[in-house]
Amino acid sequence: MTDLTLTPAASRTASQGWIEKVGIGHILLAFFLLIYPVMASDFFLTQIGGYSLVLGMIALSLMLLAGYGGMVSLAQITVAGAAGYVVAIFGENNSGVYGFGWPWWIYGPLAIMIASLMSALIGWIAVRTEGIYTIMITLAVATACFYFAQQNYALFNGFPGYNGLRAPDVFGLYWRDPVPFYYLCLANAVVAYIAVLYGARSTFGLTLQAIRDNPRRMRAIGFNVTAHKVFAWWLAGLIAGAAGILLVWFNGRISPGTIAVGPSINILVIAIIGGLRHPIGPFIGAVIVTLMQTFAIDIIGAERFNTLIGLVFLLIVFVSPDGILGLWERLKPQAGRDDWRSFKKAANKAEKKGRNA
Amino acid sequence: MATNVAASRLQGTGANALELDDVGRQFGALTALSGISMRIAAGERRAVLGSNGAGKTTLFNTITGDFNPTSGTIRFFGEDITTLAAYERIRRGLRRTYQISQLFTNLTVLESVYLACRGVSRRRFSLLRPSPSDGAMAQAESIVHAVHLDDDRNATVGMLSHGQQRQLEIALALAGAPRFILFDEPAAGLSPTERRDLIEILNALPKHIGYIIIEHDLDVALRVSEYVSMMHNGRLFTEGTPEEIENDPTVQEIYLGGGHG
Ligand SMILES: Nc1ncnc2c1ncn2[C@@H]1O[C@H](COP(=O)(O)OP(=O)(O)O)[C@@H](O)[C@H]1O
Ligand SMILES: [Mg+2]
Repeated sequence: MTDLTLTPAASRTASQGWIEKVGIGHILLAFFLLIYPVMASDFFLTQIGGYSLVLGMIALSLMLLAGYGGMVSLAQITVAGAAGYVVAIFGENNSGVYGFGWPWWIYGPLAIMIASLMSALIGWIAVRTEGIYTIMITLAVATACFYFAQQNYALFNGFPGYNGLRAPDVFGLYWRDPVPFYYLCLANAVVAYIAVLYGARSTFGLTLQAIRDNPRRMRAIGFNVTAHKVFAWWLAGLIAGAAGILLVWFNGRISPGTIAVGPSINILVIAIIGGLRHPIGPFIGAVIVTLMQTFAIDIIGAERFNTLIGLVFLLIVFVSPDGILGLWERLKPQAGRDDWRSFKKAANKAEKKGRNA
Repeated sequence: MATNVAASRLQGTGANALELDDVGRQFGALTALSGISMRIAAGERRAVLGSNGAGKTTLFNTITGDFNPTSGTIRFFGEDITTLAAYERIRRGLRRTYQISQLFTNLTVLESVYLACRGVSRRRFSLLRPSPSDGAMAQAESIVHAVHLDDDRNATVGMLSHGQQRQLEIALALAGAPRFILFDEPAAGLSPTERRDLIEILNALPKHIGYIIIEHDLDVALRVSEYVSMMHNGRLFTEGTPEEIENDPTVQEIYLGGGHG
């Protein structure tokens, strides 16, 4: 009897290969994303696909801070914008100011480095605060940066900002063409997503979540809480910075409007609609908001659009504070903490129960 | 043993784990601590008794740096740590538990203890997942075993029972080669069995690890300590061996008689 029930369990363990490890959800999603260009028009490829992935990355940098670190930032678009301005100043632009024309492989890393340092600096200012005060202080920083960029012509070229930014040609491909741009965004998003997913259970990921749960206890086991929080901001800056480069290649321009308060709240809305408990959340939110922004405007008009998105936001926050992800978790038979494999765990549990009975 | 302790207390310097000189703490107009001076030898095990609000937890908070004293100096193995950051004190070998459990509710038991081991070693910022062969992880495993939490090592901390959470509190204090530990009412709310476990764990600690234990239950306190300090209204008012304290009429009156609870 025991043998009979144990045999399938044993063979299941043996077959627990990479599919089990990666999760069926991930495999299906990866398959869909890879063949998406076959089905999608250029418009759907770039304006929906590529753009969602870029916004998703910026929102992912917020998810890292808010979901794991308990620090809700409204300055993530500011960090992305910093990378964008570096691209405009050191790369090419046709605004007649700067545009040193450096190659992408120099200005790219430089942009990410400057963005991440700026993120660390914002973090260093913000970590003195908690909860709602973190939101307020990052909003203050974002607003200050917006006005500074708007008024400063020497560095930021003021109100008009920079136009004529061009994605590079590499390997004979122009990386702003629909298919290459989509895959470029996908590659970046996947790297960031996997890094966050893996990093959540790394030593640093655990310290960050522990700090979120109980900073006082973290100090009492030897951790410099401030340093760890600032490091998290620096890491988030790497993701937001990379996304910022893609964003200006997508737009072909950067101006203070890119880093205004509206876009910065947009990132928060994306992250919250998607959910802050798993790094997939920001991407789900980005797709929803991008689709709404694109099509709701046609249907209900631009003036009502913000009302609509506001209502959707309210609805989601009321129905499920954990966003769409939270809804999904709740509808599943067994909620897993942060992976998609829980259905398997649930099955195992059910089987164990059956065996015990 | 008792004579050794007494001797080092008289010398007042050298190998003392903890030396407090005239430590005081104000909360606005409230004086929570005043004129606390004590010397505790390395490896000594001391109980601090006193009614609720006597200032025992506040004393611990000033020693560990959860907040600083408003007056006085604190030395840890000869080094002045009065204004040192809390995490720096921990890295020097000081540990504590909290009266009200301070845990990481979304982490697992093993992850929590692993972090406590990591906190006093290198690679705190590692972006790699800890491997099972990691020294800190191996230590975490053995500490989880020592506090009888093996079966729940992968349980989420928020799901543990009160007793298990108290055990985890102790585990966090044992991690990473402590030299001196402050236990803040570790037995509060434990069942008699859990109390026995606790006493066993404390008595099994390596001899070089000293501690102060705050404990309301005199029976427990007397079984795990060799010297007792009594606090009342923010002051230390008497010290002595367990027998002396038990037979002290003032102690009977203040602590055991009325006003306790
Ligand atoms: N953070 C604080 N802020 C204000 N008052 C405090 C604080 N901590 C403790 N107290 C006060 O200090 C006194 C001593 O408290 P405590 O040290 O917790 O006593 P015990 O641990 O001996 O029961 C109490 O009157 C308490 O109200
Ligand atoms: Mg207390």
